Amino acid sequence: MKQTILLAAALAFAAPAHAQDAATRNMSSACAICHGTDGRAATKDVAPLAGLAATHIASQMRAFRDGQRPATVMHQIAKGYNDQQIDALAAWFAAQKR
Amino acid sequence: MKRREFLKLAGAVSLAGCATGAPSKARVVVIGGGFGGATAAKYIRMWDPSIDVVLIERDAGFVSCPISNLVLAGYSTMGEISHGYDGLRRRGVQVVRDNVTAIDAARKSVRLGSGGEIAYERLVVSPGIDFMFGEVAGFQEAMQAGTVLHAWKAGPQTVALRAQLEAMPDGGTYVLSVPLAPYRCPPGPYERASMVAAYFKQAKPRSKVLVLDANPDVTSKAALFKAAWKDLYPGILEFRGNSKVVGVERGAVRTEFDTIHGDVLNVVPPHRAGDIAARAGLITTNNRWCDVDWRTMESKAVKGVHVLGDATLSASGMPKSGSMANNHAKIAAAAIVEQLNGRAPQPVKIINTCYSFVSQKEAIRVSSVHEWDGNTLTPVKGSGGVSAARSEPEATYAWNWARTIWADSLT
Repeated sequence: MKQTILLAAALAFAAPAHAQDAATRNMSSACAICHGTDGRAATKDVAPLAGLAATHIASQMRAFRDGQRPATVMHQIAKGYNDQQIDALAAWFAAQKR
Repeated sequence: MKRREFLKLAGAVSLAGCATGAPSKARVVVIGGGFGGATAAKYIRMWDPSIDVVLIERDAGFVSCPISNLVLAGYSTMGEISHGYDGLRRRGVQVVRDNVTAIDAARKSVRLGSGGEIAYERLVVSPGIDFMFGEVAGFQEAMQAGTVLHAWKAGPQTVALRAQLEAMPDGGTYVLSVPLAPYRCPPGPYERASMVAAYFKQAKPRSKVLVLDANPDVTSKAALFKAAWKDLYPGILEFRGNSKVVGVERGAVRTEFDTIHGDVLNVVPPHRAGDIAARAGLITTNNRWCDVDWRTMESKAVKGVHVLGDATLSASGMPKSGSMANNHAKIAAAAIVEQLNGRAPQPVKIINTCYSFVSQKEAIRVSSVHEWDGNTLTPVKGSGGVSAARSEPEATYAWNWARTIWADSLT
């Protein structure tokens, strides 16, 4: 799965090998309104997601969702995603160039 | 249109395609360079560079409605909220400054005000809103005379309204009317009232802000706005619900029951999908909004045409906002890329986040996550909500949101 994502990222998704990769790319684009296109932050006030470790992104999303990490907004957003979606998003952002 | 004009334009478009070095797969035409149209143009190019994208916009640049209320208070500038389209050009989008006068969906072609015509494989229409001037007697004439403004499309009216507020003597009254929902930017009027109150408190402390709302109560983030008004602007800001403005006269607005005088009159008439949507037969509901398939944003009235942003018949719990228009564009871009590559589009999960300033340094927020439920996009149970309280960190994130969504939509 991870190799597929890396390969697809290398191809800049010109032709996603699997529908699942395009679906994850599309889902991740919603995050861009605050975290920047492909997770490359436009300001210093939010976490740049591109290139972070997937395990870190996933664990922070779960901590927001479960109320273990305080937040202004992310606790409310994270509750919109299930475990599978969190893992897919984390892997996708981890594979983006910083 | 003359045949040679069509060929000339088609030639210009295909030349640009050659410049990228790859043969074009198809051409997508996007009408409107706001949050929806600009984002769609960018993301189609980003996700499939073999698709040509032509963006048609009548204005020279983008002026952001979000943050424009801060310009009214003197906390931001027109320069800060104005952006060009060079970032889209760098993505390979052809930006054409023109007005679309007609859409011929049968021939898959749009006609330009300048006389040319452009053919498309898929069309994206992101027309924003136009006003139902007939709903407020005397408004259109007063607006044309420059005496009563809506300033509900950021631009020259934003500048003019700021000038009226600056010229108003201390002790004057600013009247803001809010139309019945649905309208563009549900919290926008209450942010505007807060920003004008903040300006008065600092510069003209004997002045008043009077909000005349056609709705029974504040329609968005009500508890947070009311707490801010009570704490920050007592004696300055007054809110009156069930007060629908139906007419404008010299120095006053008329509700169904009263005539209310004011020194600066800011009337936001009810609105509907932008004119081109009406002319193209895209309006499906109440003579106002465009119903779409939320998996693709494709019009339910006209095949091959995707409608984005405030012009759509909003799905349940979905505001008419810049965040939503940007996300609608990503649904459409994903669907168009799949369709032009012979694959089936899949639904996309999207996020709304709307910040509102209640003072120069403090903001409040509402957020939601929306997913396909087999029928429409609907808020995910248990997700979303509003700020715990107004705060400075929310204002920092509000500025981050603005700068980030401008970049995500335009560069």
